[in-house]
Amino acid sequence: MEKDNPMTSETTPGDGVQKLHFYQKGTFTVGNRLVSSDERSVQSSIDRSNALTCGHRACQGCGEALGARYAIDTAMEAAGGNLIAVNATGCLEVFTTPYPESAWQLPWLHSLFGNAAAVATGVAAAMRVKGRREVRVVAQGGDGGTTDIGLQCLSGMFERNDDVLYICYDNEGYMNTGVQRSSATPPAARTATTPVLGDEPGNVFGTGKSVPKIAVAHEIPYVATATVADLRDLEAKVKKAMSIHGARYIQIDVPCPLGWGAASHETIHLARLAVETGFYPIFEAEHGRVTSVRKIRHQVPVTEYLKLQKRFAHLFKGDKVDPRVARLQARCDANIAEYGLLDAA
Amino acid sequence: MLKQIEGSRAMAEAIALCRPEIICAYPITPQTHIVEGVGALVRDGTLQNCEFINVESEFAALSVAIGASAAGARAYTATASQGLLFMAEAVYNASGLGLPIVMTLGNRAIGAPINIWNDHSEAMSMRDAGWMQLFAETNQEAVDLHIQAFKLAEEMSMPVMVCVDGFILTHAVERVDIPQQEDVDTYLPPYEPVQVLDPADPISIGAMVGPEAFTEVRFLQHYKQQQALSLIPVLADEFEDLFGRRSGGLLRTYKTEDAELIVVAMGSVCGTIKDTIDELREEGFLIGLVTLISYRPFPVDQLRDALAEAEHIVVVEKSVSVGMGGPLANDIDLALRNMAHPPRLHSAVAGLGGRPITKNSLADLFRQSLVQPWEGTHFLDLNERIVARNIHRSRKVRRSGPIAENLIRQMATEN
Ligand SMILES: Cc1ncc(C[n+]2csc(CCOP(=O)(O)OP(=O)(O)O)c2C)c(N)n1
Ligand code: SF4
Ligand SMILES: [Mg+2]
Repeated sequence: MEKDNPMTSETTPGDGVQKLHFYQKGTFTVGNRLVSSDERSVQSSIDRSNALTCGHRACQGCGEALGARYAIDTAMEAAGGNLIAVNATGCLEVFTTPYPESAWQLPWLHSLFGNAAAVATGVAAAMRVKGRREVRVVAQGGDGGTTDIGLQCLSGMFERNDDVLYICYDNEGYMNTGVQRSSATPPAARTATTPVLGDEPGNVFGTGKSVPKIAVAHEIPYVATATVADLRDLEAKVKKAMSIHGARYIQIDVPCPLGWGAASHETIHLARLAVETGFYPIFEAEHGRVTSVRKIRHQVPVTEYLKLQKRFAHLFKGDKVDPRVARLQARCDANIAEYGLLDAA
Repeated sequence: MLKQIEGSRAMAEAIALCRPEIICAYPITPQTHIVEGVGALVRDGTLQNCEFINVESEFAALSVAIGASAAGARAYTATASQGLLFMAEAVYNASGLGLPIVMTLGNRAIGAPINIWNDHSEAMSMRDAGWMQLFAETNQEAVDLHIQAFKLAEEMSMPVMVCVDGFILTHAVERVDIPQQEDVDTYLPPYEPVQVLDPADPISIGAMVGPEAFTEVRFLQHYKQQQALSLIPVLADEFEDLFGRRSGGLLRTYKTEDAELIVVAMGSVCGTIKDTIDELREEGFLIGLVTLISYRPFPVDQLRDALAEAEHIVVVEKSVSVGMGGPLANDIDLALRNMAHPPRLHSAVAGLGGRPITKNSLADLFRQSLVQPWEGTHFLDLNERIVARNIHRSRKVRRSGPIAENLIRQMATEN
């Protein structure tokens, strides 16, 4: 276990000494076994469904595999095991179902790259006409399958308020095809289609979109962003989403060691830094209104996040600091201001 | 029950009699009246236990049907032309997954130039997509084929397109016998899926398949369609026993026994061709017709039997494979191959983008095939003058402009 892991230890600013301190009740600490059983996280239960089980082919440290495992197990618990998953094409689909194996222990359907939301609409409608209202439906896909090629089907599903929970695993690029740019790729990031060449190396500023905001604009019952750095919060959000009927959207920040050029043991760390820098705002919205945000205790400078990833390495090449680092910092600051991430509770 | 009814409305009633559970649709002329019709039957409670879902595109329409079908529901959609192309990826997906969806095509040309009128281009564009494709000659047959299509699809676990000529059938008001619900219920049992998404018995559908088994998956699809060649006539027989009329089957012959020339065609144009044949026979021209109903699966053996005795075959088809010629003629050629003395094949493309196919033009075509056969593909009633002028103009002027606009301007100035 890393020495700065806040699950087990806390550094008190100023004294320079690490005090061991177990967070217990009242926190979202992973694997908390001291709380009452109904408060316990799904991940700490020996009865968890392991809907995405072992043996799949994800890279070591894959944030997407981790996010999917927690999200789907939570949804499984909330649905009493009556869950069907529809998967878009992408890493998650490919690494879980290498012929002739499947790592899924729930009914699972993969149709195409851009139609997961619509296919899920069909499954949900079929369950209604079949009189099986207890069966719930999740659709899941990567950021490319969601924010780009699948956006039309997603918007249609939102707009009709179909009874589907859509989960987007956002690793900020088309990873399955070899790390190309998507509309969720952050500015300056190197991808195979935004190479470190020319006047503006990496992904250009002033592009991209926020699908969580687009989802909020549809005024659907529930929208949330989440992160694999805070699995208990992810669980709580999935659980909440499952308590609601109608269109729901959860987008999870899932670092991709391969695509981001990061060490596989840094996945959780990176996801946490993305939150603490303001790079990835974590919030919930209901019926078109933001209802809660995950506050930041201490804002971390964006360089700490960027420096761990080779996709941003070109920003730190010369002796001078690349001015685009300041632009990325400004982006984080804007997020913090917009969502009030540093405001007192 | 006999009704004087618009084709689309009649089809909508027939589809409702099949008790689909999920209907999803996106509007496109000339399919609109069909889905409006079934939508109304859901709304007014005639069709119970069915959800009608208005989606945002044809791609979504078929995707919803894919999800519904995989979840065990009887799913239906309809489209035409651009809409079929917009859903193309899902068309292949539905058949690859083996989902027995039924889809009506109100056959219409594909743009550019954009054109809302009838031909068979869009159906042909999906002929290799793994769906079975049945072509209706009349609105009565369109009604009957839908009922057979659900049964065929579900028995084979393979999707079926029912192809009906846009406007000519979809918008024609004529006498149609609408079957009774009890009879349809007897003919078509409830859908019993071969694979289904069920939490009680979790399976993965749509997993990746590599070189080690992909050929086998495709072979099994092909094998199933070959099996369907035996099933389609059986379904037509059963239908005839129950409903008292002959509809569907693989193909139908008209006055072919003694024919020296046999025409092959699909869809509503067969009516015009039969009238032409009757008139030509009065002149002593021994001519007959094979109406092909099942284009996929393609009944090679049955066609060979039906065409073997003729000296000439004229294929009249409403589509063109640009750069090759008539796709149906090409397929018919396959059926004639390996015959000791194959009839001579003549290929004609007619009725593109809704151009009327007249008896006069057909009669000339059939006569010409005997006395002055042509090479390659003949475009019936082609306006050779404006084509020649356009070719000439585009040779002379580099920036000769858009072809469609030029042709229309030329025609306007000539009139
Ligand atoms: C219509 C279509 N276009 C392109 C592809 C190729 N493709 C498959 S997966 C993929 C990338 C997936 O990216 P994303 O959705 O972000 O998921 P990730 O692999 O990053 O988890 C692409 C481009 C495809 N399968 N289908
Ligand atoms: S490429 Fe990235 S998203 Fe794909 S399996 Fe590897 S770590 Fe996971
Ligand atoms: Mg991605």
